[in-house]
Amino acid sequence: MSQSILTARIMEALGAGRKALIPFLPGGFPDKERFFDELAALDAGGADIIEIGVPFSDPVADGPVVEQASLDCLLNGTCLSWLFYELEKRKGQYRAGLVLMGYYNPFLQYGLEQLAADAADAGVAGFIVPDLPLEESGPMREALERYGLDLIPLVGLNTSEERLAAYAKNARGYVYFVSVLGTTGMRESLPTEVKERLAAVRRIFSVPVALGFGIKSPEQLYAFGDLVDGVVFGSALIAHIKAGGTAAEFMARWRG
Amino acid sequence: MTIHKKGYYGDFGGQFVPELLMPPLLELEEAMRTIVPSEPFKKELNALLADYVGRPSPLYRCPNLSKELGFDLWLKREDLNHTGAHKINNTMGQGLLTKYMGKKALLAETGAGQHGVATATAAAMLGLDCIVYMGAEDVVRQAHNVKRMKLLGAEVVPIESGTKTLKDAINAALRYWIAEQATTHYCFGTAAGPHPFPLLVREFQAVISLEARAQCLDKMGRLPDYVVACVGGGSNAIGMFHHFVPDETVKLIGVEAGGTGEPGCYHSAPISLGTPGVLHGMRTMLLQTSEGQIEPSHSVSAGLDYPGVGPEHAHYGATGRVRYDIAVDDQALAAFEALCRREGIIPALESCHAVAWVLNHAAEIPKGSQIVVCLSGRGDKDLGIIEAHEAKLGGAK
Ligand SMILES: Cc1ncc(COP(=O)(O)O)c(C=O)c1O
Repeated sequence: MSQSILTARIMEALGAGRKALIPFLPGGFPDKERFFDELAALDAGGADIIEIGVPFSDPVADGPVVEQASLDCLLNGTCLSWLFYELEKRKGQYRAGLVLMGYYNPFLQYGLEQLAADAADAGVAGFIVPDLPLEESGPMREALERYGLDLIPLVGLNTSEERLAAYAKNARGYVYFVSVLGTTGMRESLPTEVKERLAAVRRIFSVPVALGFGIKSPEQLYAFGDLVDGVVFGSALIAHIKAGGTAAEFMARWRG
Repeated sequence: MTIHKKGYYGDFGGQFVPELLMPPLLELEEAMRTIVPSEPFKKELNALLADYVGRPSPLYRCPNLSKELGFDLWLKREDLNHTGAHKINNTMGQGLLTKYMGKKALLAETGAGQHGVATATAAAMLGLDCIVYMGAEDVVRQAHNVKRMKLLGAEVVPIESGTKTLKDAINAALRYWIAEQATTHYCFGTAAGPHPFPLLVREFQAVISLEARAQCLDKMGRLPDYVVACVGGGSNAIGMFHHFVPDETVKLIGVEAGGTGEPGCYHSAPISLGTPGVLHGMRTMLLQTSEGQIEPSHSVSAGLDYPGVGPEHAHYGATGRVRYDIAVDDQALAAFEALCRREGIIPALESCHAVAWVLNHAAEIPKGSQIVVCLSGRGDKDLGIIEAHEAKLGGAK
């Protein structure tokens, strides 16, 4: 199978001597117009991968910031068909690899085969589905693979080595390590066990490792040295934009 | 029953949860395998059910309604349990299991507050901490049950997100469980959610049909013709059906809440009127848009007000083993009045949906039939809703 675009983008960042930057922006946030401005600004500002949130009425893995943004986007009419339509118009404009992150039900109702086909047409390279653990991931992963798309696994502090190994078997793109036993949202500090678990993840997976959930500032990464290849930030970016800031400013701070 | 994959009933069920919740679910599966069937656990639970809950609950023949209807209407009196509903069967089981697992706290979601009260009761009795998540709207609607939970020592957390009702309380409870899984057991309130909850809750509610089947053989001298239960998430119904499922001559009827019954109204009838999808860890029948967003539900009975249903019911709906029908608000209220006036029993509005089915279908039920209805709870909690309804009718006159 061809090399994943997502893996390639992270390797490029590492080659340039930095961590890959992976912002998360809810689709249709802060509104349907400005979303594509912010997306372009993230891309121009040095994002290597951009995770675009697909809103769902019942986001169980999210904290209050992402949940509220997601519910607002539902109200403004953001949906998968709109995202695909608009992304396809802009296909090829972004250097960053694009990933859709959302809950399983909207994807399932869209139809997994159609989803994979339309995502590929729109220039999307992968999916993250927070409520789709290993046991249930077969049908979606197979549909995505037929179109060369990646299903990014999410693992965490309580994922056993046995389960890590099972995820690693099919992992493509990168592995997303959830840094807290909790939901998305900013934390002042990360648990001390993170480092230990990351070492196991590094050992077991051959794809790059991204760290996310609870990340607020670049300084939080210093402790992990070479154990992480990329960093995902969501709530901090949303809060920044909500407070009147722009994606461009935000990226400048992270590029250092 | 065909379980193709772990935790599936036909095409329904599964474990659609964040990876971070898989370890506690696997731990719970293990506890179900090792602790639940063990002699000490069974002995202790049975003693609690007998002496604390008040089991077995009676199977009671309604003399007056039976005479009018021309067939025998029996009630399985779960309303006579401690705390006034079937919910306590489940919370005593899960509460005791929590102690055996060495955890210190019970976490629950609640809609009407019945499961919250039953969990708070089990926690108080077993010496566990208790935290209950409840939609902010339900906290207002069910103020009495909030007070009861607090008296029992539980912390009640109002949830302000989403529709501020049961489904959002479940989301919040799942989030809390991710963080507190080491010390806390999530005492799920109905036979729904990710595997193994549908199985675990059925295990503890099946005592209803275990008793009822024996009581039927004893009192009727045969199996009943119909067994009827209301279906919210589906715990009283699966408990009422379970031991009758292999009895092919017994017609099983699950009654969903149809809301006001006006065209296009919100309702709580996902098996009858919904489509398959994934919510709260399970693939099941749901109220949702074509784009997979969950729709708000509605019923006059808060305990049935849920946009999903347990996966085993979705399966029995698909296979036809259980017939799922709808009763609307007004029919439930009419059944409420009938039981109050004719039998001297004030029933929960949830249970009234099951009674309403019998009254609505009296014409198709052959004379001399034996019908068992699960009277899942008592109606004291619903007096505010009844008063509001009477005021509305009074105002309309
Ligand atoms: C008395 C009573 N019956 C029925 C229900 C519905 O739940 P289930 O379908 O799980 O039995 C409830 C829920 O609160 C209830 O309180």
